[in-house]
Amino acid sequence: MTCAIETDPSEDVSAKKPLRLQVVDLHKRYGDHEVLKGISLTARQGDVISILGSSGSGKSTFLRCLNLLEHPSQGEIHLSGEQLRLKPNRHQELEAADRKQLEGFRARMGFVFQNFNLWPHLNLLENLALAPTQVLRLSKAEARDRAAALLKRVGLSGKEKAYPLQLSGGQQQRVAIARTLAMEPEVLLFDEPTSALDPELVNEVLGVMRSLAEEGRTMLIVTHEMRFARDVSSEVIFLHQGKVEEQASPEAFFTQPNSTRLREFLSSHR
Amino acid sequence: MDWLWVVSDWLQALAAGHEPWESYARYFPQLMQGVWLTLQLVVLSGIAGFILAIPLALMRVSDRAWLWVPAYSYIFFFRGTPLLVQIFLVYYGLSQFEWLRQSGWLWNEVLSHAYWCAIITFSLHTAAYIAELFRGALQSIPKGEVEAARALGLSHRQQYSRILLPRAFGMILPAYGNEVILMLKGSALASTITLLDLMGATRNVIARTYMTLEFFLLAGVLYLLIAAVFIGLFRVLEKAYNAHQHAVRLPLNQIDPQLRDEHLRQQVKEDRP
Repeated sequence: MTCAIETDPSEDVSAKKPLRLQVVDLHKRYGDHEVLKGISLTARQGDVISILGSSGSGKSTFLRCLNLLEHPSQGEIHLSGEQLRLKPNRHQELEAADRKQLEGFRARMGFVFQNFNLWPHLNLLENLALAPTQVLRLSKAEARDRAAALLKRVGLSGKEKAYPLQLSGGQQQRVAIARTLAMEPEVLLFDEPTSALDPELVNEVLGVMRSLAEEGRTMLIVTHEMRFARDVSSEVIFLHQGKVEEQASPEAFFTQPNSTRLREFLSSHR
Repeated sequence: MDWLWVVSDWLQALAAGHEPWESYARYFPQLMQGVWLTLQLVVLSGIAGFILAIPLALMRVSDRAWLWVPAYSYIFFFRGTPLLVQIFLVYYGLSQFEWLRQSGWLWNEVLSHAYWCAIITFSLHTAAYIAELFRGALQSIPKGEVEAARALGLSHRQQYSRILLPRAFGMILPAYGNEVILMLKGSALASTITLLDLMGATRNVIARTYMTLEFFLLAGVLYLLIAAVFIGLFRVLEKAYNAHQHAVRLPLNQIDPQLRDEHLRQQVKEDRP
């Protein structure tokens, strides 16, 4: 599908890679309580950015604000150079000024949930083919072919007719990832994709995500899997109390943490 | 319906001289015509009520007052008043309006006929109940499933038409079957506005034969048979539509309570090879 981009690590190629996701000064307030206090982030094609932080640090909220599952209070979101038009609503939050544009943004920005959120009344093929036929206007046959290919890709070929609840959690999450891939999104957002899984099922999901990173997908991952973040990321961000406390390459992040908060966090997650 | 007379003659010959069988045979065609009318009333109003219930339910779950308030009031009225009152309001009440009687087609072809009055009333009545079932189902769909649809870029309309309504339909199916049974029994009230449905036909026959016990008993048996057919149909429909519920062994707390017995029976069957 996408060919892996060969990069020479010694050379700074970031300037050549196209911008994918740009977030500028994102705030989120619940009444007087400010959950996100101005977060900015830039992801270029092929970047894999992991977002760490203790619970309540706002990392899931941040991710959910990017496709407006949660309404930010302030800030800008750009996808591949296009800015999402926002307007304030009566709750002093920002909502999409143009629903069509938002739907287009969401279709181009894949989101993987902690709880998979597959549709239980549809079989796997239908789960995967629904959005491509409805949103991308693919023909039934095309969508089915794409769905079957993706199920194979996540190691579940032959299960086309199975229902989500017949699968293990790990399998369900792999299907959910495939469902997102079926839209051929420009950016993938993962919201704690392995947190709801039994420990022995975590690796099969991480394996799929690793292969996605290897083929050069642009990914934002909220996770608690330190090892994985270290292995796969091009950049790691530490959120603390709604602010970016530290942002570094995985090497520097895990070996020479600057802030005390991050040191505490890392030592408690050994 | 000539065949009714053929069957009737045959039954009569069979029963010759033994009551109540002789009378049963003689009045069989009338009762069957009553059954046919009852079926029409239930099926037509069941379908019309279902179609009406969908927009009603969507209005009911809206957070805009101008949408949910009318829907709420409608449901409140039709669930809160006796079906008999509603039938009388439509059949006797509407004729009080002069302008309605002058409305031409609407009056001449529809509202002046007891048949259509009954179907309209039953449809409006059952729509309120079905809308309420839909509301409950729509609101109990896990939020995450809706978010998944939103996150994939589905429009509001697509979320409802492709995910939420089909999902809710599966959830209400057992209760919808129940509602149809209730309507079947409620349809006996159509006999109060001159219709010769099963109940009306039975009363007619009793007026002629004075065999009160025998014919009410027979009517009861016929209602029971119709109900059994509906129950069977809905079970088949439920099995086909909710294949996902039957395909998997779920922990009991995850199954629709209405399906628990069936599910358990299935498990017991599988456990005993």
